[in-house]
Amino acid sequence: MAGFGGAGSAAGDAMASDGRTEAAVTAADRWQEAVAALALFAVDPSLGLRLHARAGFVREAALALLKTLLPADIPFRRMPAGIGDAALVGGLDLAASLDAGRPVAERGLLASCDGGVLVAAMAERLPPGTAAVLADTLDTGAVRLERDGLSAKTPARLGILALDEGMEDDEAPPPALAERLGLWVDLEGADPRGMGDEAPAAEAVFAARRRLTTIAVDDDAVMLLCQAAAAFGIASLRVPSQALKAARAAAALAARDQVAEADLDCAIRHVLLPRATRMPAGPDERDEPQEPDRESEAPQDAAPPEAGAQGDAPQDDDVTSADGPDDVTVAASDVALPADLLDRLSALMAASPSAHRGAGRSGSSANKARRGRIVGTREGDPRRERLDLAATLRSAAPWQPLRRREAGRAPAEAPAGASKAAASGRILVRSSDIRVRRYRGKAETATIFAVDASGSAALARLAEAKGAVERILAECYVRRERVALVAFRGTKADVLLPETKSLTRAKRSLAAFPAGGGTPLASGIAAALALARTSARDGRRPLIALLTDGRANIARDGAAGRPAAQADALAAARAVRAAGIAALLVDVGQRQGSAARELAVAMGATYLALPRADSQALSDAVGAASREASGSARHTAAAR
Amino acid sequence: MRIAFPFSAIVGQDQMKLALTLAAVDPSIGGVLVFGDRGTGKSTAVRALAAVLPQMRAADCAYRCDPARPEEACETCRARLDSGEAIDDRTVPVPVVDLPLGATEDRIVGSLDLERALAAGEKRYEPGLLARAHRGFLYIDEINLLEDHLVDLLLDVAASGENVVEREGLSVRHPARFVLIGSGNPEEGELRPQLLDRFGLSVEVTTPTDLPTRIAVVKRRDAFERDPAGFSATYAAENGAVRDAILTARDRLGDVGVPDATLEKAAQLSIRLGTDGLRGELTLMRAARALAALDGDAVVEWTHLARLAPLALSHRLRRDPLDEAGTATRVERAIGELEAA
Repeated sequence: MAGFGGAGSAAGDAMASDGRTEAAVTAADRWQEAVAALALFAVDPSLGLRLHARAGFVREAALALLKTLLPADIPFRRMPAGIGDAALVGGLDLAASLDAGRPVAERGLLASCDGGVLVAAMAERLPPGTAAVLADTLDTGAVRLERDGLSAKTPARLGILALDEGMEDDEAPPPALAERLGLWVDLEGADPRGMGDEAPAAEAVFAARRRLTTIAVDDDAVMLLCQAAAAFGIASLRVPSQALKAARAAAALAARDQVAEADLDCAIRHVLLPRATRMPAGPDERDEPQEPDRESEAPQDAAPPEAGAQGDAPQDDDVTSADGPDDVTVAASDVALPADLLDRLSALMAASPSAHRGAGRSGSSANKARRGRIVGTREGDPRRERLDLAATLRSAAPWQPLRRREAGRAPAEAPAGASKAAASGRILVRSSDIRVRRYRGKAETATIFAVDASGSAALARLAEAKGAVERILAECYVRRERVALVAFRGTKADVLLPETKSLTRAKRSLAAFPAGGGTPLASGIAAALALARTSARDGRRPLIALLTDGRANIARDGAAGRPAAQADALAAARAVRAAGIAALLVDVGQRQGSAARELAVAMGATYLALPRADSQALSDAVGAASREASGSARHTAAAR
Repeated sequence: MRIAFPFSAIVGQDQMKLALTLAAVDPSIGGVLVFGDRGTGKSTAVRALAAVLPQMRAADCAYRCDPARPEEACETCRARLDSGEAIDDRTVPVPVVDLPLGATEDRIVGSLDLERALAAGEKRYEPGLLARAHRGFLYIDEINLLEDHLVDLLLDVAASGENVVEREGLSVRHPARFVLIGSGNPEEGELRPQLLDRFGLSVEVTTPTDLPTRIAVVKRRDAFERDPAGFSATYAAENGAVRDAILTARDRLGDVGVPDATLEKAAQLSIRLGTDGLRGELTLMRAARALAALDGDAVVEWTHLARLAPLALSHRLRRDPLDEAGTATRVERAIGELEAA
């Protein structure tokens, strides 16, 4: 299932159960849906819009359409994901400051977007810190500058359009931002070609913008949206508020002065449905907890934070688990939902192409070392790096008498304003004096556990492995390191815990640790390697800790057979070595055999036999390997 | 600049409102940490706090020194006091300083006055956010995303009540007593356990799950957004009542008695829970006294302790990744056991 579909595509299931196929929703329908949402955003940009699409023709068409619907005179600015704080909130304009002899603030992007739209490109790559600044601006309608000795508060009432190109389930804009964007639109499968002029006229949108404040909403409408949000398992209270705003925008666009049923449906489709963490049960099956077939997708899902345990809940034999350990999501049983609402929701679900996807992993912040410990200063451009004022003045100081004399003697040759400056007793700073700070960001470590949960690794050993993972997790939590957990059994590997620092999330994932079945060793190694690569790309130092007996019997393609499985496992192991990822192989077999040893050699891993693995010994071993890995990383860095 | 949502219009979230009110009654309780799901009104509540805080008398200096506490005066005020000069004081609002996530260290602790440095080559200290928060509240949203060294620095100053600046050739110290309020979502990373313990009270907020409450929240939010000024005006009287309650409680605070039996109970509770150090007990007692003052009770009783123990103690317990129940439940359990005993 495409688009926001991650946590079990129950919307797709609902369609299927209605006897409708996905093909029934055509590319043109999807485009029309998207256009409707874009129009709502144009009417009220403060709603916020998350546009999920890959870069390309369709997205360009959507953005071009949006621009025609927005007034031409409002700012429409693009923000790169790697934007620095200085460019975002503003800072010291050094050139102007030196010229004027007093601090001159440079307006940041947020302030210059006041009254307009900020387009956040590659929002899935946005670091959580930047997202928090955006969230604060959305909440307060102002941007607060506390930098470079400057302090200011400037109005910044803006609408954010986040371009989300996330491909994987856990690639999504940081939750702090995604949560505040009301409309979630997915362009996957949409195609504007061959369509007529279905968009509302720009004049209609402008008229709707003026009408917006006068639209009335009755209590029933508020109740319905709250009920619908509960039915979809949406915990956050921001969301029904956003839905209400969307309904108002829809009414304004339809030239109504009161929110009507169609407007509510529109709000449900574009605000609530894409965030659904569960699909409401039909009126007839309300008493039984619905358990859609999520075997294939659920364990890999990065559950949206407000979805709580929905995606991470134990999936195996516990049928009630979907509603069981969940303490965040509103339980459908808590609220008596009228049957006609449920009917209506299921009709809307069938009509809407977007399924749901949460806000996933909180961004992947590249380790740009723009923060951390200051290790010195150097010459540089203060617009790109942080100015070290004291060092700048210090480097300018020895030259003052000379420059003053120079400025007094040859006013024509001196830099502009220098003679004036000399006369007024100001410090003469040249661009060669300017110093910026050097930072050393601390590279984080990430320990990726790949645990053999098959039948051949006896259940007792598995419990030990689990104990070790939990112990290391607790330690990593204290050291603020990251951990991830992959388990492989049956025919495939599952990412039970995407890389996280959060003990809360880890606790939920660890509860689900099914065991038994075949040993798809190659898939397990491959999954761990994929996580390790992502982690390394984001500037962290990954370590793969593989817990297995080395006896594979399921090949990469899921087929049974020992020789092919072993060959695949060795190939996967060699890939780990080729990628230069540090690894530790813990042999958890009853009898330590050559299979695990061979695998360790192929992986370039440290081999560790634990005849009676107790969790303490295992945790110590991982700690040592992790330190070693960071040590060797330092050596490489020093050698460069 | 938008008007803040009125404090008294916040539906539910009684624990969070109570913790903030207690901190306003007795700032020595220490900071408040609010952790929980998104969309539960964490930042709304803190930003709403400023409007219900009673005003204070302050000296006419950069740090708004307390005229009633000359021993804490800043250098300027001290010089004036020493020369026998009278200090002018005026009524000012209690500051609630919102620390933006992108703030740099120099703006937090204060730094070289740039204007002076550039224009006259003069070295002069310009107070930062810590100075601005003196005698008030310092709020950090998403505190779990703040860089570690800044969190350390803030907690250090909050504990010592003094900001010492030794940078850029400056050497300055000034009073900085403030209540630190942090909020965040634990799903995105947690605070180091060492730091958790430094907050006086912690509140775990969850989304209300019953439909009528949720509808009420959405309705009020909608009414506020459509007419911020009008909506705030309708809650002016209720906000005033909160303010009066804080003032009355402050007056009563000194007269609230703490019987030995209550102290003993608090100690028993801490021992049962295995909290390290005395900080938890001390905070619990202070918070319970503030609660008794707020409720108009003459002495601190077990009921006050039982109500506040989850707020004052749960974040001080050693966390166990295997314990699904969570620390708040462990505190509740211990309270139940003590009651039964």
